[in-house]
Amino acid sequence: MSSPSGVGAVGEAGPPRQRELLSAAEVTRIVARMAHQIIERTAPEPVVLVGIPTRGVPLAHRLADRIREFFGVAPVVGTLDITLYRDDLRRRPTRALRTTELPAGGLDDVLVVLVDDVLYSGRTVAAALDALREYGRPRAVQLAVLVDRGHRELPLRADYVGKNLPTSRDEEVGVLLVETDGADAVVIRRSQR
Amino acid sequence: MRHLLSTTDLPREAVTALLDTAEALKKSLLGREVPKLPTLRGRTVVTLFYESSTRTRASFEIAGKWMSADVVNISTGGSSVTKGESLRDTALTLAAMGADCVVIRHPAAGAAHRLAGWVPTHVVNAGDGSHQHPTQALLDAATLRDRLGTLNGRTVTIVGDVLHSRVARSNIELLITLGARIHLVAPPTLLPWGVESWGVGEDRGWPVTVGHDLDAALPGTDAVMMLRVQAERMCGQFFPSAREYSINYGLTEARLRLLPQHAVVLHPGPMLRGMEIAHSVADSPRAAITEQVRNGVHVRMAVLYHLLAAQEEVG
Repeated sequence: MSSPSGVGAVGEAGPPRQRELLSAAEVTRIVARMAHQIIERTAPEPVVLVGIPTRGVPLAHRLADRIREFFGVAPVVGTLDITLYRDDLRRRPTRALRTTELPAGGLDDVLVVLVDDVLYSGRTVAAALDALREYGRPRAVQLAVLVDRGHRELPLRADYVGKNLPTSRDEEVGVLLVETDGADAVVIRRSQR
Repeated sequence: MRHLLSTTDLPREAVTALLDTAEALKKSLLGREVPKLPTLRGRTVVTLFYESSTRTRASFEIAGKWMSADVVNISTGGSSVTKGESLRDTALTLAAMGADCVVIRHPAAGAAHRLAGWVPTHVVNAGDGSHQHPTQALLDAATLRDRLGTLNGRTVTIVGDVLHSRVARSNIELLITLGARIHLVAPPTLLPWGVESWGVGEDRGWPVTVGHDLDAALPGTDAVMMLRVQAERMCGQFFPSAREYSINYGLTEARLRLLPQHAVVLHPGPMLRGMEIAHSVADSPRAAITEQVRNGVHVRMAVLYHLLAAQEEVG
């Protein structure tokens, strides 16, 4: 997730100095390719796609749709809010909680693919691994991200990367999705801080 | 949010945020073997109770523990209060030991406000005399939101000892903030003195009406909140007999049938069964009394989360 960069500000007010890195068509193509990669690595074992709010959730649903299209079987999709597991709660104002909805059968012995929009410091994923452990003991956990922008602060890597985008720390990467922002795109802009 | 002292000063957005957090917490704990979140690790919550309590104290303790806070319970019976220590000194002592939050219940109205001015910790009012009990109102609102969907435009009838009830005062403010209409039903002796002059009546912008006829009120109500008759705060005769009170203001099975199908029955507990509420009514599916208690834990978790989890506000 784009963690400290905060995604919310995109698409609001004024013409910010931002540049489109990926178009809507490219986003669609990348999601389709990631779906193929997930099938190749996991079939015939069923997977549970777990989206991390906000934008990991619609991405998980899109991946599930593509996988059903290509493979005939739709994976189960869940949502995992990691707010209560963050290590930076004390550094920010109160964060609103999001929903957590995981398959009724639990996560014991299943193959979980965590889905998020941007992989940056890795702290969101670390928090997600902590949170997941409270819901069961998956057989394995993999990670799928639309964008990997580098600058990891923890020893983590993604199993499925839509696009590697080398960035500088004073830039922000914004993933926009129809479901949350009205249009698909990936943009980069200079940090406002 | 620095303190939670009263529902009077809670704007609608703050209420909604707290209720949404409580709901999210409830969902995220659903179906988990271990209801434990790491969120408040290293924070210390002290419950300081100058009045007896079962559910509120236990509820705060469970809420704190489920979020991994360290919870210390002090009831004044076995404390230095019996040696004559003042509220201020007791609270400063607890703050000096590293408490991050003091949850206080006190028989004097305004005790929590005073405390908030004395100590550097967060303060939560868990009931001050007949004044306020904000987490009770929040858990009632959470329960009503679950059952009715929304409080906007709903009518909530509050029945019984309004005079001595901090539950009623907190609920009136909070439910109005959420868009509800309030109807108070009580014997004239158990209504606050001069309640009519508060500006009661929708035409005057405060959607509260007052009556003395429970049977007439029930058909038009979406929720009925029964209050406990607070004998411990009564220094005198407020009604002729318990039996008469029960006949006029008790929620009996016959009265339950006067309520619309969707209407919810609430009681903050402890219940005096047979007095203000009949056994069968308290145990009927229309009653949300155990849901209130369950929601109480999630609401108090939400309050602790909003007070203690985020960056300290400057100033």
